[in-house]
Amino acid sequence: MDKKIRVLVAKPGLDGHDRGAKVVAAALRDAGMEVIYTGLHQSPESIVEAAIQEDVDVIGLSILSGAHMTIFPKVLSLLKKKNAQKIIVIGGGIIPADDMKKLKKKGVKKLFGPGAPTTEIITWLKENVKPGKKKRAQTRKKNNKGL
Amino acid sequence: MKPAAKFFKDILKGDKSAVARAITIVENDSDYTLLKKLFPFSGRAYYIGITGPPGAGKSTLVNAIAKLFLKRKKRIGIIAVDPTSPFSGGALLGDRVRMADLALNKNVFIRSMASRGSLGGLAKKTKDAALVLDAAGMDYILIETIGVGQVELDIAQVCDTTLVVLVPESGDSIQAMKAGLLEIGDIIVVNKGDREGCERLIMELKFAFDLRNQLPGWSYPIVKTIATEGYGIEQVVSRIEAHQAYLNKTGKFEVLRKEHLFSRINELIEEKIKNKLRRRLKSQPELKKIIDDIYSRRRNPFDVAENLLKDSGIVP
Repeated sequence: MDKKIRVLVAKPGLDGHDRGAKVVAAALRDAGMEVIYTGLHQSPESIVEAAIQEDVDVIGLSILSGAHMTIFPKVLSLLKKKNAQKIIVIGGGIIPADDMKKLKKKGVKKLFGPGAPTTEIITWLKENVKPGKKKRAQTRKKNNKGL
Repeated sequence: MKPAAKFFKDILKGDKSAVARAITIVENDSDYTLLKKLFPFSGRAYYIGITGPPGAGKSTLVNAIAKLFLKRKKRIGIIAVDPTSPFSGGALLGDRVRMADLALNKNVFIRSMASRGSLGGLAKKTKDAALVLDAAGMDYILIETIGVGQVELDIAQVCDTTLVVLVPESGDSIQAMKAGLLEIGDIIVVNKGDREGCERLIMELKFAFDLRNQLPGWSYPIVKTIATEGYGIEQVVSRIEAHQAYLNKTGKFEVLRKEHLFSRINELIEEKIKNKLRRRLKSQPELKKIIDDIYSRRRNPFDVAENLLKDSGIVP
């Protein structure tokens, strides 16, 4: 059966600028992924809870409010607490280079700055995410059977 | 305890991570091992379907109904289906946006599903996902279809009570008399009841339902709601409960459930046979030549199909 990359796209915090998140969500959809879009003003707790129930491979957070140094670590620690650290966390928004380095050290796998083309995000996801986790090798074999 | 045994126990306990993982497994695998083990523990939840055209307010209604059930200390499983693109294979699942109120409630489990090529308004695996939630101890399972047109009616094959949600813009009495969507509604909800045309639609629906064969003991209720404000939700829920009581009292509940199980067996057989035959056809060593022959009219597709069936041993 087909295994799709499942991504939760969420917009935490107080700013209401969700255009970027929607552009990314639509691009991932067009790249064949299943995107769960949760809307504005999500708390880290509700993001993590939704990610667990939806059993996503990736959480993508869009943060433009400057609260990235609070929200990303909070999401990561909640995932750990819920024993769900296998879910990859990525993000985008206006994040200074210094902060990017710090966040990557804390476990955010990838951050995209303003102007990052959606193709770059898609390529990164396809290279770094194994949908459905463990069973990938088996799926490959099946797919190769062809006719 | 072995991990597999613990996993199974966790599902039955309703542990959210385990339930989520189980749904992923049944969604992605054509192996039914897990479902076979879960099946004996299912059958206790009551299944409610919510269907209607895109933008009718299905998700908002689900959110409001779930909130009311939660007040009564019930456990709720929600499956919300959105369409998969036939072009890219991707999907944008946005029903959670309207269910933000429920996100952190420990008695609710919400799962978004992409339709993945299924055309009946549900995903092929929606039933299996619902079975997982059922075995996990949910009292009610709310299943929301994709935004439907007239003939995506699979939901009625899964649910005990089906709600058809319309809006004042949904059409006139001729639309309501056509075969299809309205025929599967046990309860009709006219949402966005503050909009112009609402009373007219309700009147026309009543007229259309008067013309229809009424069931003894059940007159299809039409309920006006404004789901965003919670208006009319109490009534929807009391109608659902009345329908449940009606099914139980008349013995129809068992009949309905047995019909659903019969059609489930049918589906499983069809799927297995179809897959088997498809594989067989694809592995024909001379497939290309056969198609060439058919194309140039030296052979015909009818004989080829019949012979394939005969060779497979499925049809004598």
